[in-house]
Amino acid sequence: MAPVGPRSGDAIFANVERVNAELFTLTYGATVRQLLTDLEEVEEVNKQLDQMGYNIGIRLIDEFLAKSNVTRCVDFRETAEVIAKVGFKMFLGVTATVSNWDADGTCCSIILEDNPLVDFVELPDTCQGLYYCNILSGVIRGALEMVSMKTEVTWIRDVLRGDDAYELQVKLLKQVPEEYPYKDDE
Amino acid sequence: MAAIYSLYIINKSGGLIFYKDYGSAGRMDTNDSLRVASLWHSMHAISQQLSPTTGCSGIELLEADTFDLHCFQSLTGTKFFVVCEPGTQHMESLLKVIYELYTDYVLKNPFYEMEMPIRCELFDINLSQAVQKDRVAMLGR
Repeated sequence: MAPVGPRSGDAIFANVERVNAELFTLTYGATVRQLLTDLEEVEEVNKQLDQMGYNIGIRLIDEFLAKSNVTRCVDFRETAEVIAKVGFKMFLGVTATVSNWDADGTCCSIILEDNPLVDFVELPDTCQGLYYCNILSGVIRGALEMVSMKTEVTWIRDVLRGDDAYELQVKLLKQVPEEYPYKDDE
Repeated sequence: MAAIYSLYIINKSGGLIFYKDYGSAGRMDTNDSLRVASLWHSMHAISQQLSPTTGCSGIELLEADTFDLHCFQSLTGTKFFVVCEPGTQHMESLLKVIYELYTDYVLKNPFYEMEMPIRCELFDINLSQAVQKDRVAMLGR
């Protein structure tokens, strides 16, 4: 049987079961509101959102790999493209773009014009330090960690804070391939 | 004609997280199945190192006199392998289907702890259906 090639984000998005977008936006909003009530500190909420995203990402990666049939990426550039074009499309229904590559190809920006998490949202003055979409940075970090890449994901631009788009900086810290414990004095 | 003898799923550290046998030909007790899983995990790893081709991702098929062993490793390190009758066709596609069932019914279960043994009823039910469907399709070919 001939191997199946990788599927495009649109094709997969068309085939997965979808949920009402407003339900999704409202659920996420309710989660953030509850976290603010429970934790009170905006920094704590940012950390929790990132941790929640991480827990999602470590599980989501297998689904992504199973449904999209992508093969191992040759370099980090391909990884970033796959996340932006296939990953975001498949799970959020939006396409992102990759830009701002640094000299050695280990750091880039993923830019989202459209973001379903933030429909109808306005940040009040009391929550100015909040990264409302911080769950996304956790998801990317968790997913990449399961495929042996340690990354740092931070927000550069955030529309809720007054910028014109959502920009996530993804920095590859190191590749950690599985080490087999051959030394018995470890 | 029970083409599949048994199915194993091992986590990235080599621990057996799921084992199911279909019929008495592949049946093993718990200790033996754990041993087979760790043995296969090590052999798979060694084969990657020994392979003369670059970028080898490990053994995909082992053919013996009385059985075939098909193995699929996801990019996250989880291995799915079936022991089946020699010459059974289309096991790779069955393994891919099982991988999708794993991502749906195991990973999306919030109470399932990563890398731990799988105890998810929905996964068992859907797995049986998939194997049954494959069996029927095979008879039709």
